[in-house]
Amino acid sequence: MLLQVQAVTKTFGQKTAVDKVSFEIARPAMIGIIGRSGAGKSTFLRMLNRLTDATGGAVLFEGRDVLGLRGGELRAWQSQCAMIFQQFNLVPRMDVTSNVLHGTLNRRSTLSTLFNIYPEADILKAVEILDRLGIAEQAPKRAEALSGGQQQRVAIARALMQDPKIILADEPIASLDPMNAQIVMDALRRIHEEDGRMVIANLHTLDTARRYCDRVIGMRGGRIVFDGSPDQLTTGAARDIYGADASFSEAATSTSIEALDETYAREMLA
Amino acid sequence: MADMTAPMAPVDTIARAYLADVRRKRMYGGILLVLFIAMMASGFRLANERNAGGFWDGLPQIFDFPSEVVSEAWEKAALLPALFVKFSPSLIETVNIAAVSTMIGALLAVLLALVSTRGLARWPALIGLFRRAMDGMRAMPEIVIALVLIYILGGGPVPAMIAIAFHTAGALGKLFSEVAENADLKPVEGLSSVGAGWLQRMWLGVIPQVAPNWISYGLLRFEINIRASAILGFVGSGGIGYDLKLAMQWGQGRYDQVVAIFILLFATIVFFDQISGYLRNRLSKGQSNGHG
Repeated sequence: MLLQVQAVTKTFGQKTAVDKVSFEIARPAMIGIIGRSGAGKSTFLRMLNRLTDATGGAVLFEGRDVLGLRGGELRAWQSQCAMIFQQFNLVPRMDVTSNVLHGTLNRRSTLSTLFNIYPEADILKAVEILDRLGIAEQAPKRAEALSGGQQQRVAIARALMQDPKIILADEPIASLDPMNAQIVMDALRRIHEEDGRMVIANLHTLDTARRYCDRVIGMRGGRIVFDGSPDQLTTGAARDIYGADASFSEAATSTSIEALDETYAREMLA
Repeated sequence: MADMTAPMAPVDTIARAYLADVRRKRMYGGILLVLFIAMMASGFRLANERNAGGFWDGLPQIFDFPSEVVSEAWEKAALLPALFVKFSPSLIETVNIAAVSTMIGALLAVLLALVSTRGLARWPALIGLFRRAMDGMRAMPEIVIALVLIYILGGGPVPAMIAIAFHTAGALGKLFSEVAENADLKPVEGLSSVGAGWLQRMWLGVIPQVAPNWISYGLLRFEINIRASAILGFVGSGGIGYDLKLAMQWGQGRYDQVVAIFILLFATIVFFDQISGYLRNRLSKGQSNGHG
């Protein structure tokens, strides 16, 4: 078993954000976690990366509990478990290649980081990864000068530079337009297929989850309420996840261009 | 999407150009580091030669005076509580001078900051003028203003208060203006769109955004001003500085008073630092909200 999540819980004061979440992943797959805002998706991913400490439970990766790691071991785990954020979380004033090279920080000494010294092999690899994501010519530019979609690809490049076993993506396309959203999701899918890395992505649109994921987990109020293949994700199941009534229309949450057809537009304007 | 349509440069060209760039930056960095070390070393030698004594000869004696003060105070430790009580009135006077001058200086600084910040200024053409005015206020040492004013107005807390307020206006004005420069202009634009006047836009659009930072800078300045007001006591403006001068002047047998005064000043700074943290927390918590 590659990844076992056992009764992971997080409480903030009185409020339970993540409530005894358990599931298992046998081999690298692309997994989508869906649910409405406040369902606990972000908190859960942040606990996997250990940005947030869990209140209870265990996460076994290759048989080792990662929730108990501390110090150097914790940072080593974080470098194996890359995180991609909704707002990209790059260092805006540094150039794109340096941002990608930050993926190697766990292997670098603090002194060489202070003087911004990286091995040439790593620099070449960083540019190569940027090229793989189609943004090599942005390499010398400042990260803040790039568009949202390009910045998110830089963030993915940083994640790949970590050479991680898992890539966690927390709403990676929520701040992007449909065109860029597709480029970013295609990139994540390709990384999964070509490199065989596990990808766990929080998504807030059903069609993205259906289109790109091998397995979909639905969360509501901190609990898992759905766990199955994209085919099993019927409109009824989706209503359960989002706690919506019969007026729930999937087109309303869609970001794909085709779904926003004229009928829907007319309906909304009426 | 420009990056998809633009002709793709071959990757190794990009990589080579970037590597050349990195090497050049490293070389510049190395040269700067060597220059820095060389200047520090030569500057140190020059300064050491001009000193009356030598740095290395004097170094072992650096703690002689403090240890003498502390050991003498230690012997008379039982007297300290009485000394605290004795010096409290002059401490209050010193803190009062600092508080009044910080408040007056900060009010002036708010006005100066708002008229000298790009994007907010009432008269953009005069930004330079107001900035130079603040530079001038900062350039003048408090002690010089105080000495001149004491000569004209006579000794006492008023000259010290004016001197400190003058300097505070210049110093805080610059910091306030830098904070305001980073303020989000969208609320200001929103208020403009409803026809608000300049003062209304500043009061509702800028002040709420910058208040936490301004208050923490203001309280830091207050701490600095407590110290400044103590120093001005040396030149005759009263307060705890005057007592400190007397205690140190008399030399023999008064070091317990010196220690008592330092402890009082330290406790005062700690007290206001705690208040500053508390106020800042309360102000910024009002703005934050939970995340999903």
